[in-house]
Amino acid sequence: MRQGEISLAGLLALFSLYLMWKSTELPIGYIRGQGPGGGFWPFWLSVGMLLSCVAIGWNWWRGKTPASVSDEPLMDSFGWRTVLHVGGGVTAFVALISVVSMYGAVALFFVYYLRFLGRHSWALTLAIAIILPIGLFFFFEGAMQISMPQGLPFTQPFFDVMYDIIY
Amino acid sequence: MEALSFLADGVLVALEPLNLVLILIGVTVGLFIGAMPGLGSVNGVAILLPITFLVPPGSAIIFLAAIYYGAMYGGAISSVTMGIPGASTAVATTFDGRPLALQGRASLALVTAAIASFVGGTVANVLFTLFAPLLATMALSFGPPEIFALMLLAFATFVGLGGDDIPKTIFSICLGLVLATVGFDTISGEPRLVLFEIDGFLRGIGFIVLAIGVYGIGEMLWTIEQTRGEVTTTNPKMTFKGMVADTKEAVRRGWKGTWIGSILGFFVGVLPAAGATPGSLMSYGVAKMVSKNPEEYGKGTPDGVAAPEAANNSASTGSMLPMLTLGIPGSPTTAILLGGMVIWGLTPGPRLFVDQSEFVWGLIGSFYISNIAALLINLAFIPLFVWMLRMPFTILAPLIFVLSIVGGFAASRSMHDLWLIVIFGLAAFFLRKFDYPLAPAVLAIVLGPIAEPTMRQSLLLSSGDPTIFFTRPIAGPITVVAIILILLPAIKLLRRKRSERAA
Repeated sequence: MRQGEISLAGLLALFSLYLMWKSTELPIGYIRGQGPGGGFWPFWLSVGMLLSCVAIGWNWWRGKTPASVSDEPLMDSFGWRTVLHVGGGVTAFVALISVVSMYGAVALFFVYYLRFLGRHSWALTLAIAIILPIGLFFFFEGAMQISMPQGLPFTQPFFDVMYDIIY
Repeated sequence: MEALSFLADGVLVALEPLNLVLILIGVTVGLFIGAMPGLGSVNGVAILLPITFLVPPGSAIIFLAAIYYGAMYGGAISSVTMGIPGASTAVATTFDGRPLALQGRASLALVTAAIASFVGGTVANVLFTLFAPLLATMALSFGPPEIFALMLLAFATFVGLGGDDIPKTIFSICLGLVLATVGFDTISGEPRLVLFEIDGFLRGIGFIVLAIGVYGIGEMLWTIEQTRGEVTTTNPKMTFKGMVADTKEAVRRGWKGTWIGSILGFFVGVLPAAGATPGSLMSYGVAKMVSKNPEEYGKGTPDGVAAPEAANNSASTGSMLPMLTLGIPGSPTTAILLGGMVIWGLTPGPRLFVDQSEFVWGLIGSFYISNIAALLINLAFIPLFVWMLRMPFTILAPLIFVLSIVGGFAASRSMHDLWLIVIFGLAAFFLRKFDYPLAPAVLAIVLGPIAEPTMRQSLLLSSGDPTIFFTRPIAGPITVVAIILILLPAIKLLRRKRSERAA
């Protein structure tokens, strides 16, 4: 935890510096007759972020926060597995939307989560993975008239059938 | 008297069939969300906001406010039956609610919580009806310096009263405000902070993207990592006869805590950025302090359940007051409601009472109806909610992830924003591991688009002289209070050091 806290503060300080630099693309001072320039507000706020990071580092140095005096690891193997399996699953879900459509990605995500992470039965997994995306289709495309991403062309036959039902 | 007539009209609006159905659904969903460990009103409102575009704005906010209300009632269910607070607002409820359940008095604890919540909600509704029009009338004369001073006060409250690590709180506020500036500079019209030259940032970063990332993805990851162990659920035996007896006992042994929580909760809730969690914890502390038997607290006294439960309901209504009258959210949930109102094309603030009177009073009327609905649904379906709490988290979690992603797309229609939701979610998880408070960032991204223009307009008015925030009769005192609040932690530290040295 101790090493993690200062590393994170360092990373955030770098991000703050990047934001400060980016803010200077617009004037950061006072322009007569126009008031503060467009970069003024984000620049000084980024300075605030940077100073906060310095203060976080100072508190870390003095051992004033729980993490700065903790010898425990950031996460045990269960924690890392959770982040990898669940966070990775959500990332893959979003990546798959452009390939198999939103509804296809929802179905695959349910199969992955319920069957492989939750160890639920195939019957329950398939029931949820099929019924829920169809329900979402009727809600968004039918009731709310919001078109979700349809993925690559091979998903089109599915959408043709479904649109025939709602229109 | 005028307020009463507006209120009567508002109640009629709330009783319209669509609104009534939405109140019932909202309260039920809220009860479930509040009861579910790891999910609170803020998660529910953030995740479900995108689907409210189906109904008119007035009905949408009534639905979301009903979720907020229901969640305050629901938090007690898991606090009592599982010993895990359903939401941070129900942390104090576990102190006495869980011991009561372990003594076989879960029913008494739940009935006490429900009645206290009802009284807290009712008291807050009456106070709201009295204060809201007065405050709104006063706020009508506010110019940019006054509005900016109020924004400053909202952020200062987080720093001074938040209780979190101060540099991390300030970082979170600044981060939210900077993220709000991404896109185009509203005054000069030039592109600004187009991060890593990715075109998607030209559209800015919507508050809902950050809110769903933080509360839909980040907090869920956090909860999954934290609640790895098995949880023991106490099944309350609820019979009609038993509930009548429990009601009598709850009134007899919990009235003091109920009143303390109702009054204190409202005023803590009104403070910008304070909200229901500190309100309920403070009420528990005060109820214990003034009790004749403080030693009973923590061992299972109905007063210890009543005080935080009355307070969290009262505070949730209280936090709506600055949101509707001044355009400043009193809690993270109201920050999201405020963002929703902007998306629906409504401008929160004092003009709302003049321009959208039916909307405002319909919402206020819905508070009264939601309060009654929440009490009845809660008491009638406690066994059902307890049964639902046993649903494996491995079913609920993917459902929430899917709702977050699908809802996020429905709100923004952009894959760029979906990736941002994932990135914010993962970042929020790690930031939370190191105790960075994230509610200030969500509040800041909502208030940023109001704070920046008012600051720039104020400085333009004064030709760049910042003393404008100190010299005007209303802005001045607010700015001074905000600065005192920002300095409060440093003052406390100095006083402590001095007293240590003296000792």
